[in-house]
Amino acid sequence: MTPEVLSLSNAPVLWAAAMLVKILVAFSVLMFIVAYATWVERKVIGRMQSRLGPTMTGPNGLLQPIADGLKLFFKEDLIPGEASKFAFIVAPMMILAPALISMAVIPFGGDYEFSFQGVSYLMPMQITDLNIGMLFILAMAGLGVYGIVLAGLASNSKYSLIGGIRATAQMISYELAAGLSIIVIFMMSETLSLSGIVAAQQEVLWGITSLPSWMHNWYIFSQPLAFGLFVVGSMAEINRTPFDLPEAETELVSGFCTEYSSMKYALFFMAEYANMVTISAISTTLFLGGWDGPFFGWINFLIKVFGFMFFFIWVRATFPRLRYDQLMQLGWKVMIPLALGNIVVTAIAVLLCQ
Amino acid sequence: MLSILFYLFATVAVFSAFYVTKSRNPINSALWLVTTFICLAVLYITLDAPFMAAIQIMVYAGAIMVLIVFVIMLLNLGTAVKKRYTHALAWGAGLSVVMLFVTNTFIRRGVPTGKVGDVTTQTIHNYGHTELIGKAMFTDFLLPFEIASILLLVAIVGAVVLSKREV
Repeated sequence: MTPEVLSLSNAPVLWAAAMLVKILVAFSVLMFIVAYATWVERKVIGRMQSRLGPTMTGPNGLLQPIADGLKLFFKEDLIPGEASKFAFIVAPMMILAPALISMAVIPFGGDYEFSFQGVSYLMPMQITDLNIGMLFILAMAGLGVYGIVLAGLASNSKYSLIGGIRATAQMISYELAAGLSIIVIFMMSETLSLSGIVAAQQEVLWGITSLPSWMHNWYIFSQPLAFGLFVVGSMAEINRTPFDLPEAETELVSGFCTEYSSMKYALFFMAEYANMVTISAISTTLFLGGWDGPFFGWINFLIKVFGFMFFFIWVRATFPRLRYDQLMQLGWKVMIPLALGNIVVTAIAVLLCQ
Repeated sequence: MLSILFYLFATVAVFSAFYVTKSRNPINSALWLVTTFICLAVLYITLDAPFMAAIQIMVYAGAIMVLIVFVIMLLNLGTAVKKRYTHALAWGAGLSVVMLFVTNTFIRRGVPTGKVGDVTTQTIHNYGHTELIGKAMFTDFLLPFEIASILLLVAIVGAVVLSKREV
């Protein structure tokens, strides 16, 4: 008997329960990774700079994220008198929500087969499979800038304003570069749905059948340039070092979040790490075959995501911050022309191969 | 279910569109406009046009409004514009109510014939909205599409020429 795909029409109660479980698991795993990414970051950067990182709270400092969370939670929540209050409170939420929502369309495993009351169902390991999945992620990434802009404006402080202006210019420019660089993926996979893109990457590498069958057609092999552009572009889009000009501690006193304290400040940091996880997950799905690999579905996915996060932390420990004009030059004069050229070349190649 | 969603988001859209014009602070106006755009995107989804919804959020809310906010921040227009009530406001309100009634009568004048075109809900479900739009744009409407892109290119070149006179 062939299993049927679990959906709202064939088993509404079971579907709702599965949906809730998926959302809860995805959310709590994401939150756990966000909390412990801070610990890993401190440890790894500490190692790279010949320090120890956190050691005092718990074994190897493992309780440090919890201690930080508690500390920030019990601090006084200051709102500057000159700030516009509503926007000041809403801004941290507006930056965190888009970062979390993007996880909803990312497939973190293959279809899971189970039987319930004699009927076998197929449950996709993905919260929802939109057929415009990637566009949805780009749209949410575009909304993410409002949080920073609002925080910069509402604080009514010069540092915050400069941080906000920098963030706007930077995110607009690099959104273009990152968005243009992944168009080649849609050309090759002929779909916008993320599970469709993962499925398209499971064929034999470059369609050459004489290669061993475990070498799958991951798009990093066909599109290394697009991969590099996307990773750099999205790193700039989420204000990760070396592109952290909006919060540049040395010149802007942490920029748009200068005036924030307590849980609101913690929300900004959660958003930064949540964005990091999201970008890693998207890059994994688009270029590294998603959950495809030697182990069981979601384990492959997590390994790749952790690999990307380690890479981001490594980059932070390695590169100094760019200057503002260098940033703009890199975005508009190097990355966007490269991405456009890549689109043209790929279009010709796809046309010839058809 | 769909009609409840429609009324909910239509109400929010109209409400926030009203506040775009009402609020004194340009930044607040911009944010209300973003709210309107997001509501419109939801209405597109209920009309089986998910591609339009994503493009609406990406282009209007994600790019154009961010640029507008950027200009507001750069020119430091953040302070509230204090303006007194004028009769122009009342005239504008009256005119828009009249326009609403005229539109309403025009819409209600016709009788639906039940004729079905090429693109129905069923074709959208079969082929996908993005695919249909792409096909129409690059086969049937290729010339208008190219003309629009040349127009945009001219605008870009013009902006560069205007801002960099001496280079």
